[in-house]
Amino acid sequence: MEHIRTTKVEQVKLLDRFSTSNKALTGTLYLTATHLLFIDSHQKETWILHHHIASVEKLALTTSGCPLVIQCKNFRIVHFIVPRERDCHDIYNSLLQLSKQAKYEDLYAFSYNPKQNDSERLRGWQLIDLAEEYKRMGVPNSNWQLSDANREYKICETYPRELYVPRIASKPIIVGSSKFRSKGRFPVLSYYHREKEAAVCRCSQPLSGFSARCLEDEHLLQAISKANPVNRYMYVMDTRPKHRMQSWWATQKDIGRIIVRISSKIWNDEKIRESHEQKRLNAMANRAAGKGYENEDNYSNIRFQFVGIENIHVMRSSLQKLLEVNGTKGLSVNDFYSGLESSGWLRHIKAVMDAAIFLTKAIMIENASVLVHCSDGWDRTSQVCSLGSLLLDSFYRTIRGFMVLIEKDWISFGHKFSERCGHLDSDPKEVSPVFTQFLECVWHLTEQFPQAFEFNEAFLLQIHEHIYSCQFGNFLGNCQKEREELKLKEKTYSLWPFLLDDQKKYLNPLYSPKSQAVAVLEPNTVSFNFKFWRNMYHQFDRTLHPRQSVFNIIMNMNEQNKQLENDIKDLESKIKQHKNKQTDGVLTKELLHSVRPESPTLKTSLCFKEQTLLPVNDALRTIEGSNPADNRY
Amino acid sequence: MEFAELIRTPRVDNVVLHRPFYPAVEGTLCLTGHHLILSSRQDNTEELWLLHSNIDAIDKRFVGPLGTIIIKCKDFRIIQLDIPGMEECLNIASSIETSEWRLSYVNKEFAVCPSYPPIVIVPKSIDDEALRKVATFRHGGRFPVLSYYHKKNGMVIMRSGQPLTGTNGRRCKEDEKLINATLRAGKRGYIIDTRSLTVAQQARAKGGGFEQEAHYPQWRRIHKSIERYHILQESLIKLVEACNDQTHNMDRWLSKLEASNWLTHIKEILTTACLAAQCIDREGASILIHGTEGTDSTLQVTSLAQIILEPRSRTIRGFEALIEREWLQAGHPFQQRCAQSAYCNSKQKWESPVFLLFLDCVWQILRQFPCSFEFNENFLIMLFEHAYASQFGTFLGNNESERCKLKLQQKTMSLWSWVNRPSELRKFTSPLFEANNLVIWPSVAPQSLHLWEGIFLRWNRSSKYLDEAYEEMVNIIEYNKELQAKVNILRRQLAELETEDGMQESP
Repeated sequence: MEHIRTTKVEQVKLLDRFSTSNKALTGTLYLTATHLLFIDSHQKETWILHHHIASVEKLALTTSGCPLVIQCKNFRIVHFIVPRERDCHDIYNSLLQLSKQAKYEDLYAFSYNPKQNDSERLRGWQLIDLAEEYKRMGVPNSNWQLSDANREYKICETYPRELYVPRIASKPIIVGSSKFRSKGRFPVLSYYHREKEAAVCRCSQPLSGFSARCLEDEHLLQAISKANPVNRYMYVMDTRPKHRMQSWWATQKDIGRIIVRISSKIWNDEKIRESHEQKRLNAMANRAAGKGYENEDNYSNIRFQFVGIENIHVMRSSLQKLLEVNGTKGLSVNDFYSGLESSGWLRHIKAVMDAAIFLTKAIMIENASVLVHCSDGWDRTSQVCSLGSLLLDSFYRTIRGFMVLIEKDWISFGHKFSERCGHLDSDPKEVSPVFTQFLECVWHLTEQFPQAFEFNEAFLLQIHEHIYSCQFGNFLGNCQKEREELKLKEKTYSLWPFLLDDQKKYLNPLYSPKSQAVAVLEPNTVSFNFKFWRNMYHQFDRTLHPRQSVFNIIMNMNEQNKQLENDIKDLESKIKQHKNKQTDGVLTKELLHSVRPESPTLKTSLCFKEQTLLPVNDALRTIEGSNPADNRY
Repeated sequence: MEFAELIRTPRVDNVVLHRPFYPAVEGTLCLTGHHLILSSRQDNTEELWLLHSNIDAIDKRFVGPLGTIIIKCKDFRIIQLDIPGMEECLNIASSIETSEWRLSYVNKEFAVCPSYPPIVIVPKSIDDEALRKVATFRHGGRFPVLSYYHKKNGMVIMRSGQPLTGTNGRRCKEDEKLINATLRAGKRGYIIDTRSLTVAQQARAKGGGFEQEAHYPQWRRIHKSIERYHILQESLIKLVEACNDQTHNMDRWLSKLEASNWLTHIKEILTTACLAAQCIDREGASILIHGTEGTDSTLQVTSLAQIILEPRSRTIRGFEALIEREWLQAGHPFQQRCAQSAYCNSKQKWESPVFLLFLDCVWQILRQFPCSFEFNENFLIMLFEHAYASQFGTFLGNNESERCKLKLQQKTMSLWSWVNRPSELRKFTSPLFEANNLVIWPSVAPQSLHLWEGIFLRWNRSSKYLDEAYEEMVNIIEYNKELQAKVNILRRQLAELETEDGMQESP
């Protein structure tokens, strides 16, 4: 590796991020081709994947050495003190190079080798089959069909090859509509609700300007609403908020030219109607700029609805503020809450959740189909469609179902993972925690519905870990076309089979399939239900976590129960045989000694070596890390 | 704390006695009311009889599982006892060392201190006359008394009212003597004043004050600032108001939560309690805690420190005893503090959710150490309810004296007698509890502190799903116990069959 000048530095100190006593572990720092490794004097290993490094900072020299602060995308922050400045400088430079790769082929996934053969690898990639998934939903059917319009990525480069559209939408209509939609992302099916025969569709914004119309697009929307035999009205949800356009709006002198038609046909509540109108004004402003939203006058049977989710830039700086506040040593309660408030983070989370709930209600209560879009239809739209599907369909709340959901609404529909996660050294303005927000929304749901999810928090954290790790091919690239060009299925491995192999770690012990009877989740989004997700944003700050994890205990106990059930069966059959033998007078010796004494050790997977998820104690009831020196009193 | 309770291990076998110029003797160590006795239980060998009062100093050491106690006597003799098993050693040591303390009945008629119980524990070397003098020097007559004895190292928590130094720096020799009597030779202690320095200084103008370092040279004073009275009451009112308004948007909710300062108070109280516990357990220093009256923040700190330090106080009975000792007997004025809650308009300055804050702090620790407590959240909620309104006499009155006058013992039922019935206990018992003897250090970072939803959001949202999940958790644990019992029975059964088979085979 040409970037590595120093591979090993001794006598390096690792400072505790929140300790005031400047307590430090001393150990040796190793730099490998893929990881930065610190082994302290107790032989405890801290692995940091180069791709996880978000920033490296060299601070001013101190008497004890040269401080090196590394911030990771999984919110780990480590503070080393390297005795000699030269070493520190070498490591700093190496990490700068290693953490920012210029081309995909240099990412870890292309060199990662979990010792599987080609057919195993291929099977891994085939684990999640979206065609199967659409079949499970009930499409194709008499109203919906598979379209081959994008088979060669000719209409839309960022969509998958296989798209489901209303049966009555002809190819010219699709092509026409795609020309009218930003990046060619025309309305397609995202989720079909079999029971209600209603659909969740997604697209990008129309390029309507002030007056432009597109008959094909209007036809396509009509086709979607006609594909719903129960309710001809469909909702068009624009997920963007009003105030994004307000600055533009203020500069317009001729506001009066725009006539606002007050519509009260949907909402009776005065307040909602007002804000609705204001949102409408702003989208109208956007429309004047060449992009915009659908004019209800031109589209028959649509109900237009804005929900206020902010854009990627707002989300990026919101998270930045949140992390700044939480990184403060000796943070006061007031600073924490005012920081939480001013970062706006939980407000954004709530907005996404509210949007998903709106979608769910439209389907469940009004039996109406919904078309969701934002600007390009790959960030906020993905959030709302996937979260909505999760609320509607309990399948997505299982481990496999959640993988399918991510494959469907995020990977296949072209959420730009590589740009949003900063996999390559590219435009920092494209980086945004959109997917993290989705995971956080799911976490909030697991908090409100502790028995509704087959997976646990560790599963969410592990997925989060891997959208940045670049260890597996799933999240590389920005759309399916790009992934095919990168030949990811031949050159890299899929994450999902590894997660499934490790399933035991990710099972929610309280999961109750009977909760599937409560098929549709109706979360309560009163503000006080939203809490700071400490296990995500302080995952690696050991001292902030509860010292005993109920969850781990129950999880282990559940495992143990299964084992005990087997033991009982074993024992019972042996006792029975013995009794029979006693009567027969026949004795088979081997049976006597084959009672399984202990549960078999669980297979540990090698590929997740570098992560310590939820660093709570593995040993059941020890109180590891409970030390007054860890805390500030 | 019953004095006799402190003699935990009256007898230990296989103890080895080392004395200069004598061969080592192995035998049984016994503790009686007055003597430490070591006997080899063989004829013609000497027995050691040592009066407790002859003991001048004790050191203890551990080498592996073997504990060693070195006893230095007032007649200059030094003897060494090797005791197998560390646990015993600790118990023996603590039994001996509590001979430094005695029960005093000086307050029998509630005359010396109206808010103290009739019996208190004080240093042995201080007589009742001195206590009377000290009482005149402490706010409300609350002279320093023993609150907690840390068996592990013999350090203690004392509590009192503020010293009445006034502006001219009054001092009281007996007070100084009393406090110093709690220190071992050459040891230093900490005085934790629960008020900020400014508040403590201002208190001098009203006749109060704090211990001047010059007069208490062996003590280091630390000021913390735990709020009192109406500030806490206002905090509660704001918090409840914020929780009750479901229409708040996110920003408003967070800013209201922040403005209530409730969690700030929680953090402050917990931090002070942790500090106290740290002095005791880690620094091996005794402490004296007081604020102004010594009936509010003082009790929050002394009781929470015990939760952290003393495993027994994390059991149901232990926690009940803690509340009895550190809140009821110690004279927390429940009647005044809990007269009204968050909704009443007529605000009196003595109303204050001091006890609720304490329970909230316990809940915070419980959340962080869910397996270390025998009781669950419901137990704390129940105590909160009864402190404010109860059909039992336990929380009535402001102190023991009032409760005696009201003849509550004759006229009312005790809350504990009801709670301790098996059918009730079941509701309050945590299925996760597994006793441990550890000191538990909670995190006090804002990210680790939570709004106590079981109290503050209790009536504002449905907890159906959470309750069901809790039920499921209990089921899993109980099922586990069942299965284990069943496996054990079957194993035994199989083993019996195997031996029977073996017997059949052998002839």
